[in-house]
This record gives sequence, structure tokens and C-alpha cells, in this order.
Amino acid sequence: MPSVRRGGAVRWFVVDHLGLVPFLLFILFPIYFMVLTAFKTDRELYDLQAVPFWIRDGVSLGHFHHLLFKTNFARWLVNSLVVSAVAMIASVAISILAAYGLARLRFPGRQSFGIAVFITYLVPPTLLFLPLTQVVNRLGLIDSLWALVLTYPTFLIPFCTWLLLGYFKVIPREIEECALVDGCGRLGVLFRIVLPVAVPGIVCAMLFAFTLAWNEFLYALTFISASVVKTVTIGVAAEMVRGDVFHWGGIMAGAVVGALPVVLMYVFFLDYYVTGLTAGSVKG
Amino acid sequence: MAYPFVMALYFSVSNTVVGQGGTFVGLANFQRLLDDDTFRQTVRNSFVFTAVAVAAKTVLGVMLALILYRPLLSKRLIRGLVLLPFVIPTALSTLGWLWMYDSLYSVITWTLNRVLLVPLGFVALEVNWLGSPTLAMAAVIVVNIWRGLPFFAVTVLAGLTAIPPEFYEAAEADGAGRWGRFWHVTLPLLQPILAVVILFSTIFTFADFNIVYVLTRGGPQESTHLFATLSHALAFESMQLGKGAAVSLFMFPVLVVVVALQFHLMHREEIRHA
Repeated sequence: MPSVRRGGAVRWFVVDHLGLVPFLLFILFPIYFMVLTAFKTDRELYDLQAVPFWIRDGVSLGHFHHLLFKTNFARWLVNSLVVSAVAMIASVAISILAAYGLARLRFPGRQSFGIAVFITYLVPPTLLFLPLTQVVNRLGLIDSLWALVLTYPTFLIPFCTWLLLGYFKVIPREIEECALVDGCGRLGVLFRIVLPVAVPGIVCAMLFAFTLAWNEFLYALTFISASVVKTVTIGVAAEMVRGDVFHWGGIMAGAVVGALPVVLMYVFFLDYYVTGLTAGSVKG
Repeated sequence: MAYPFVMALYFSVSNTVVGQGGTFVGLANFQRLLDDDTFRQTVRNSFVFTAVAVAAKTVLGVMLALILYRPLLSKRLIRGLVLLPFVIPTALSTLGWLWMYDSLYSVITWTLNRVLLVPLGFVALEVNWLGSPTLAMAAVIVVNIWRGLPFFAVTVLAGLTAIPPEFYEAAEADGAGRWGRFWHVTLPLLQPILAVVILFSTIFTFADFNIVYVLTRGGPQESTHLFATLSHALAFESMQLGKGAAVSLFMFPVLVVVVALQFHLMHREEIRHA
């Protein structure tokens, strides 16, 4: 009997992996193909006789060269970096205070604030971009990175607050009460007790805030039209794709390098991503 | 001291949501939209897009999660790879799809022809994936599924790991087979998490902008316009800001229904846990 059962286990092990193959193909092929395209020569790219699945004529860095010296790509990278970093720091700082307030302090309307945060978190940016355009316009911030730094927190703060709320809620009240009794103030408690305990949650919020800001497309597309102020997403997806002739190698090179920072961050902090992803949507 | 600070910030965030209503909404705009063929087409598109994409993501997501839950070679690596479409900026990964759907050099058409049709003696096809209304809608939906599948798979996987193994053992002792265990143990226990994920995804699929904007700009013949892309096109291509805003506000009722459902579910969960 045991040998039959072991045979069954081996069979299922094979079946499971076979079942995984189509999923992995579907998920990974587009990414593989983008990277491949970025490294191909134009001649091979537009040769219908060439097999598209691998590189025949040798690896070429021509598209990356074009990207760096013929477009504003380097500038776009810097812009994305600045906007994402500033928006992340501001949003996470505000969210820490907000989430702590919601988790611990009692004040009138606390409940409805909690609900308000959750609702703003669920409102998609596509519903807000036109009124926000008016606001940005009135502030004279069109074509300024400030427009993005100021508007990204509108979706980052609700998300981070919601995420952090889950972490703060599970910190035992007793630790804080001890500190309060020992003469520590509320802010002291927050900085000396709560924050050190909630470090994983804060790292997670920072990662998500940075990624969401880096990946943002609609606001940047709407508020920015001058090339030197563009972020990576709109620089590549809107500026490089204009015109009749698509320079596919260059576009793919831009997409690959533009995605690289968040992908690298993701590789280093994989576990934070997974917990944040499940906590952000389900916990609460 | 933290109170007023926090409160003021909250107001500023929620005001951006509420404040827009008064400034933009004129009923005339809404009236005119309802008689507009493009708008009606957009409403139909949005519902088809959302229904098909969310249904596919749910079924495929549960399937993928069930596989990921099983003992696999290097679970961590596989899980990491599966999440990639979620991490890469959508606007950039959609460019990869745009290239794969190219009317002349599409790798999909190439594979179809060289691997399947020509060896079997058929004539090679020329397909313009984004050129016909039906194909374009299918193409847009596929990209949305690609981008949303990781989220479903990983959240459902979290739900699966939360099911106590005793439940399966009990079902097995009662003579339940693989299917029986899936239908009577796994699915009912996944239901709460699945409901939340589906509602969540419905909102963001319904409000999608990036994929359609990059792939088709709503074309051909407005066949892939969604609320967000039509609203953007009206406001910035034909400069009808009011009309564009009215279009995006039409998303609001749907949003309200979904959010209300979500609250209902969360409330029920809280009562169950209490």
C-alpha cells in the first residue's frame, strides 16, 4: 500500500507542475519577449523569416544607446525617482500619524474617519483626475513635478493608512500604557514603542507607496506635457509611442529599464510585498 | 496636538472626492450623454470588459492558487515570478503587449502560422489583433487578465493556507474525493475572501485606463472605450471638460453599489469573528 501511495504522490507532483506550465508561460512570456526585443538589432526585429523567440544576430545594445542619448529618458528616470521618493516619504509619514490616531485615540467621529479612509482608498484615480486637473491648474502647477508630488498622496495616504492600521491594531495596548505611566508622552510612545514594533508594516507601506507612485500613469499624463518634466511611465508610453513609425526596440528598452527599479526592489523585499498585498486588500 | 493635524489631513483627502460634485455636475451634460451613441457603446463595453475579465481572473486565479498551494519545486521562486505582472508598471508592460499584437510583426500571429497552420497545410493568416472590434476587445481583456491574475492567485492562496487541515481530514474520513473536498470544504471556506477580492477587482477593472489607452485609445470605432478613456478623450482631445467629467461621474453609482456590498461583507465577517 505505501508504495502505491508514494506512486500517487509522484504522479500528482508531475501533474501539478504540468498544470503550472501554461500559467507560467502566459505570465512570463510577455516579459521575456520585451527583454528580448530590447536586445535585438533592428534588422532582426523586422525580418519576418527570423524566429522571434531568441536572438539570432547577436545581442545589441543599440536601443539602450539610443534611449540614453537620443531621448530624455535619463531625465524621466530622475523625475520618477524624485516624485516617487518625495510622495512616498510624505504619504507614509502622514499615514503613520493617521493610522495611529485611528487605532488608538478616541475622538468624536473616529468611526466615520475610518470609513472615510476606506472609501477614499476604494475610489479609483480615474474618477478624480478631471477635478484634480482644475485644482492643479488653479495652483499654477501644470507641467511641474509638484503637481504629482501633491496629487499622488491622494491615493497613497488612504492605502498606506489602511495598511498600517492593520499593523497598529495588533500591537498590545499594555506596552504603550506602561510607557504612558512611566511618563512618556503620546508622541514619545509613538516614536519609541509603536514605530520600532511596526517596522515591517512601515517598510511594507513604503514599498507599496513607492511602487504605486512609480507606476502611476493617468495623473502624470494629464498634468505634464513638457518632455523634460515627464516621468518614466508617460515618457516611454506616451512620448516614445507617438508618430507613425514605432521604434519598437527603443520602446522596449525604455519599458525594461523603466520597470527595473521597482522589479529590483520587489526582488529584495518579496515577502513584504506578499504580506502587503494580502493585508491591504483583505485584512481590516 | 496630533488630532487637528490628522483631522485636517483627512478632510483634505476626502474633500478632493466630495468637492468635485458641485463644481462639475450639470444635469444637462448627463442628459446629453444618455442620447449619445458613443457613450452608450462605452457603457456596454465597460460592462462586458469588467464581467469577462473579472470572471476569468476569478476562475484562473483560483486554479493557479490551488496549484501554488501544492508542494512545488522552489515555491518561493515560482510565487515571485507569478507576481511580476503586478509589480511592473502597467503602462510599460502593456507596451510589450502592443508589440505582441502588432499588425505586421505580431509574435502571436507568427506562432499561430508557423507552429500550427502552415505545418497542417492551412494558409498563413494575417491578423490585425487591434483592428477589429471583437478582437480588440478580446485583446484588451487578455491584458487585463494578465495584469490582475497575480493579485487573485496570491490572495486566494492566502485564503487557502488559512483553512485548517483538519477540515480536509474530516471530509476525507467521510469519504469525500478530490472534487468533493474542493466543492464542500475549499470553496465555501474561500467564499468570504473571494467575495472581497472580486469586489475589489471589479472596482479597479471597471475604472481601468492604462491598458485601453496604451493599446487602442478606445478604438476601433469606439469598440473598446471604457468610462475612464472616453472621459479622458472628451476632456483632452475634444476639449469638452464638462462632458468628460460627467462621463467619469457615471462610474460613481456602480462604485457606490460595490462599496456598499463590500461594507456589508466586512461587517458580516466582523460579526462572525466576534
